[in-house]
Amino acid sequence: MTDNDMLFDYLLRLGDNSLILGQRLAEWCGHAPMLEEDLALTNIGLDLLGQARMFLSYAGEVEGKGRDEDRLAYFRDTKDWRNLLLLEQPNGDFAATMARQFFFDSFQYLQFEALARSSDERLAGIAAKSLKETTYHRRHSTDWIIRLGDGTDESHEKMQRAIDAIWGYLPEMFDMDAVDDAMVADGIGVDVTALRTAWDGYVNDVLAEATLIRPEDSWSVRGSRDGKHSEHLGYILAEMQFLPRAYPDAKW
Amino acid sequence: MDSSDWELEELEAAFQEKVGAEKRIEPKDWMPDKYRQTLIRQMSQHAHSEVVGMLPEGNWLTRAPSLKRKTILMAKIQDEGGHGLYLYSATETLGISRDEMFEQLHSGKAKYSSIFNYPTLNWADIGAIGWLVDGAAITNQIALCRCSYGPYARAMIRICKEESFHQRQGYEIMMTMAQGTEEQREMAQDALNRWWWPTLMMFGPNDANSANSAQSMKWKIKRQSNDDLRQKFVDATVPQAEFLNLRIPDDKLKWNEERKHYDFGEIDWEEFKAVVKGNGLCNRERLQARVEAHDGGKWVRDAALAYARKKESRKAKAA
Ligand SMILES: [Fe+2]
Ligand SMILES: [Fe+2]
Repeated sequence: MTDNDMLFDYLLRLGDNSLILGQRLAEWCGHAPMLEEDLALTNIGLDLLGQARMFLSYAGEVEGKGRDEDRLAYFRDTKDWRNLLLLEQPNGDFAATMARQFFFDSFQYLQFEALARSSDERLAGIAAKSLKETTYHRRHSTDWIIRLGDGTDESHEKMQRAIDAIWGYLPEMFDMDAVDDAMVADGIGVDVTALRTAWDGYVNDVLAEATLIRPEDSWSVRGSRDGKHSEHLGYILAEMQFLPRAYPDAKW
Repeated sequence: MDSSDWELEELEAAFQEKVGAEKRIEPKDWMPDKYRQTLIRQMSQHAHSEVVGMLPEGNWLTRAPSLKRKTILMAKIQDEGGHGLYLYSATETLGISRDEMFEQLHSGKAKYSSIFNYPTLNWADIGAIGWLVDGAAITNQIALCRCSYGPYARAMIRICKEESFHQRQGYEIMMTMAQGTEEQREMAQDALNRWWWPTLMMFGPNDANSANSAQSMKWKIKRQSNDDLRQKFVDATVPQAEFLNLRIPDDKLKWNEERKHYDFGEIDWEEFKAVVKGNGLCNRERLQARVEAHDGGKWVRDAALAYARKKESRKAKAA
C-alpha cells in the first residue's frame, strides 16, 4: 500500500462509519417512541450523512480514479466497506439503538477532537465541524443512557441488556493496524489507543450515574478494517444500493 | 328565554362581529363550543396528517438513490415531524392534550389526510408527493394563513414557508426523472398517474356536498371553498406537468378560454369514500405503524418521566 492508498482507506473508515450509522438511524424515521425523538434521530442522521459525504468525497479525490461520494456509497460490496461492526448491528429496541449510539458518540467525540489537530488541513476541517455535531450527539445519547438506566425497572433491565449485547463490538474501536500506524506517523491520523483512558473515564462515569453495570470484557469481535463484516451489512447495502445498481445508467 | 340564553346570544354576536372584522381569536377569548370543536377536529387532523405523512416518504429514505437525495428527503421528513409538533401544540391551546389526540387517532375517531393511505412504489413517487401533495397542501394552507383562530393562522404562516421548499424539491426530482432514461421517464409518468386523482381529492368533497363548509366559512376557519381551491391547484399545476412533458391522466382536462380556467374530469368519489372508510392499500399499515410506535415507546416515555421525578425529589431533598 502506498501512502495515498492508506489515506484513502483511512478516509473510507471515517466515511463508512458515519454513513452506515446514519442509514441505521434512517430506519427509525416515523417509528420513534415520541415525536421529539423522531426529530432528534433525524437530526443526528442528517449530521452523520453530512459527515459521510465530506469524508467520501475527499476519499474519492485522494484515490484519483474518478469515484465520487455516490460511486463509493452505491457501488462497493461488503468486502470493501470499512465501517465498525458495532455500527451495522440492527437497531433493536430504543435501548439498543441508544447503547450503540452512546458508545460510538463517546469514542467519536475524542477521535474528532484529536483529528481536528490533523496535519491534513482538509481532514482537520471536517473533524472540527463534526466535533461540534458529535458534542450534541454525545449529550443526547448520554442523557438517554442515564434516563433509561435510572428510570423504571423495565427500562433499567432493557438498557443493561442492550449494553451487554454489544459490549464485544467495542474493543474494535481501539484497534490499530498498518494504516492507522502510517497515518499516525504522518501526523494525519489518530492514535486511538491513546483515547482509551479518556473514553473509559467518561463511559464509567455515565454508567455509574445511570446505575448500570459495566460488563466484563469476556468477548470481542473484530474484522472491519480488513473488510470482514457481520451478515447484517449485506442487507443494509442491498437496500441502500438498490436503485443505482438496478439502473446504472440513470442520474438521480 | 332566560338570562343565560340572552348572555350566550350576546357573546355569540360579539364573537361573530369580531370574526367579521378580521380580528384574530386567541386561546383565552370566549368562543362558541362548536367553533372550538370544529377547530380541534380540523387542527388535530392536520397534525396527524403531518406525522402519518412521514411514513410513505420514510419508506424510501433508506433507498434514496444518491446521498444528496437522501439528505434532502431526510430533512423534508424532519420538517413534517416539526409541523406535526407545532400543530399539536397549537391544538393544545384549545384544551385537548397530545395524548388525547393520539388516542383519537389510534381509535379511528380522528382522521388524517387520506392521501397517505396510498403507497409509494417507485422513487418518482417521492418527487410526485413533494410536487403534488405538498403543492396541494400549500394551496390549502395559504388560505388558512388568514384563519380566524390566531394560533392556527400563525402555525400556517410558518409552515407554508417550508412547504414551498418541499414542493420545489419534489418538482426537481420529477424533472430529473422526466428528463432521465426511458425507465426513469416511465417511473415519473407512473407516479403522476397514481398521485394525480388522490391529490385532487385532498381538497375534499364538491362544495354542493360539503356539509361543514358553510359554517366554517362564516367563522372564517375556512377562507375559500373546496372547489375554488381545487381549481386554483389545477390551474397552477397543469403548466408544470406540460413543462415536464408528462401527461395528466384526465381526458377531460382542457383550457377553457371563457372561464380562464382549466376544465377537468369528475373525481371518482366512490374511490374517495372507499379509501376514507379503510379500503386503501395502506390504511392498516399506516395506523398500525403509529400505534406500534406509540405503544411500543411507552416504556421509554415512562422511564423519562420516572427519571425526571427522581431527579426532582433528589433536588428537593438536597435543598
Ligand atoms: Fe408539512
Ligand atoms: Fe411538506
